[in-house]
Amino acid sequence: MTNIKTFAVAAALTALPTLALAQDAAPGFDEIGPYIMTTLLFCMAGFLVFFMAAGFAMLEGGLVRSKNVTMQMTKNIALYSFAAIMYWLIGFNLMYPGDGWIMTGWVGPFFSTTTLDPVGVAAADAALDYASVGSDFFFQLVFVAATASIVSGAVAERIKLWPFLIFVIVLTGVLYPISGSWQWGGGWLSEAGFSDFAGSTVVHSVGGWAALAGAIVLGPRLGKYKDGKVNPMPGSNLALATLGTFILWLGWFGFNGGSQLAMGTVGDVSDVSRIFANTNMAAAAGAVTALILTQVLYKKPDLTMVLNGALAGLVSITAEPLAPTLFGALWIGAIGGVIVVFAVPMLDKFKIDDVVGAIPVHLFAGIWGTIAVIFYNSDASLGTQLMGIIAYGIFTFVASLVVWFILKAAMGIRVSEEDEINGLDTSELGMEAYPDFTKG
Amino acid sequence: MKLIIATIKPFKLEEVREALTEAGVRGMMVTEIKGFGSQSGHTEIYRGAEYAVNFVPKVKIEIVVAESVVDQVVDTITKTAQTGKIGDGKIFVLSVDQAVRVRTGETNEDAL
Repeated sequence: MTNIKTFAVAAALTALPTLALAQDAAPGFDEIGPYIMTTLLFCMAGFLVFFMAAGFAMLEGGLVRSKNVTMQMTKNIALYSFAAIMYWLIGFNLMYPGDGWIMTGWVGPFFSTTTLDPVGVAAADAALDYASVGSDFFFQLVFVAATASIVSGAVAERIKLWPFLIFVIVLTGVLYPISGSWQWGGGWLSEAGFSDFAGSTVVHSVGGWAALAGAIVLGPRLGKYKDGKVNPMPGSNLALATLGTFILWLGWFGFNGGSQLAMGTVGDVSDVSRIFANTNMAAAAGAVTALILTQVLYKKPDLTMVLNGALAGLVSITAEPLAPTLFGALWIGAIGGVIVVFAVPMLDKFKIDDVVGAIPVHLFAGIWGTIAVIFYNSDASLGTQLMGIIAYGIFTFVASLVVWFILKAAMGIRVSEEDEINGLDTSELGMEAYPDFTKG
Repeated sequence: MKLIIATIKPFKLEEVREALTEAGVRGMMVTEIKGFGSQSGHTEIYRGAEYAVNFVPKVKIEIVVAESVVDQVVDTITKTAQTGKIGDGKIFVLSVDQAVRVRTGETNEDAL
């Protein structure tokens, strides 16, 4: 997001001087065209990013064992829905405070719900230099849901439903909006010159840090690490996992393309298409790299790593999908693929059990993508990028740890040993995803 | 009467069935099984972690035949299922005391 999003009210105010002129004649397309096009961009890109919720659900459903699939689906639809409500209740205005900062540049207003434009808003009353509040709110909302989805994959197969959802409520209502305001809300990091176009750090690393904290507090799945050996637990359905990856890939065009935040000029719409092409290239490079690397290292390609590789490529290009050439997108995405192939076994060495590879994909590739901005965006500097990465890391990791520990002490976050072995589907929900297939 | 139990590589099943049908065998029972023999297991890698596959998928064929054709049937299976590589399987021959065809009540070799 190159242009920091102007708070809708402030934008409407700046539009006021032209109001008197506009009263005489209906505004021409030159005045309302950009507003309509940008609103359209937010709506369409928002649909695509919304669909990423389906992508995460399918990816996670495919990578967990069949006894935990219903639970994973339940968590995914619940987390999206809670995120949607929390972002209205607190998140949106906390993340985009405009003039309403409590602590300027650091913390916005709490308990300020989002209000839409009035029904049939007149052109004179609309934020003509930006987009409708509804489209803007919706577009930002689907991003926070993506952050929460990242956490659910890492802590799968052993966490209780309600503690997880309470964490999601805190993450989407408070943690993500506060840290997001530092950059996209025009806070201290954006003032300092930090650059994160569509959220390698703001969205993906934040999700990754929260997931890392959760996976550490929760501990690995039973039997995952035994006698110094890693015991693989293959996923239930790699066709679903592949579908999920393709859906995420599709959704990413909205994620990165929509983050241009404007489609009213030739330059803007052309930039959106540039971003699509670069985003696609990075994903392809990440997938191919993981395919070749696993073939060379393990003598057989590992599909799950190829899927993670494509996603790591996408996360890598998310901090700067506009400026690079196609070749730039290729090598930035390819390094994302390398990161995944080496980071997945590395996490296993530390006995951090990340079921779907969310931490390598979103956190590690997110850090890489944020650093890679400096190669093609001359406004970014390594020092500032590192400062942003560290600030987001410390805040999100520490705050998440605190929330996880409070939940652990207050209500317990992990199911019993027996429930975990029987599977969360029957123990927590009393229903199975594949009843005919597993037991009949 | 003899019961012939043969464990073979799954991909050889169709070839063995054809050869046995040509040799005059009129029925067989087939089960998908897992097990290990001198081939033992092997290792695979999932997401960078090596794990042992201790049981290898095989197909088990069970055929009951008259004693006069046992050698021919065993020979047919051996020739058809053979790849020369480790893990081709094993054949066991056991005695059968009695056989009954449910539909007619015929017994022993008449029931085969």
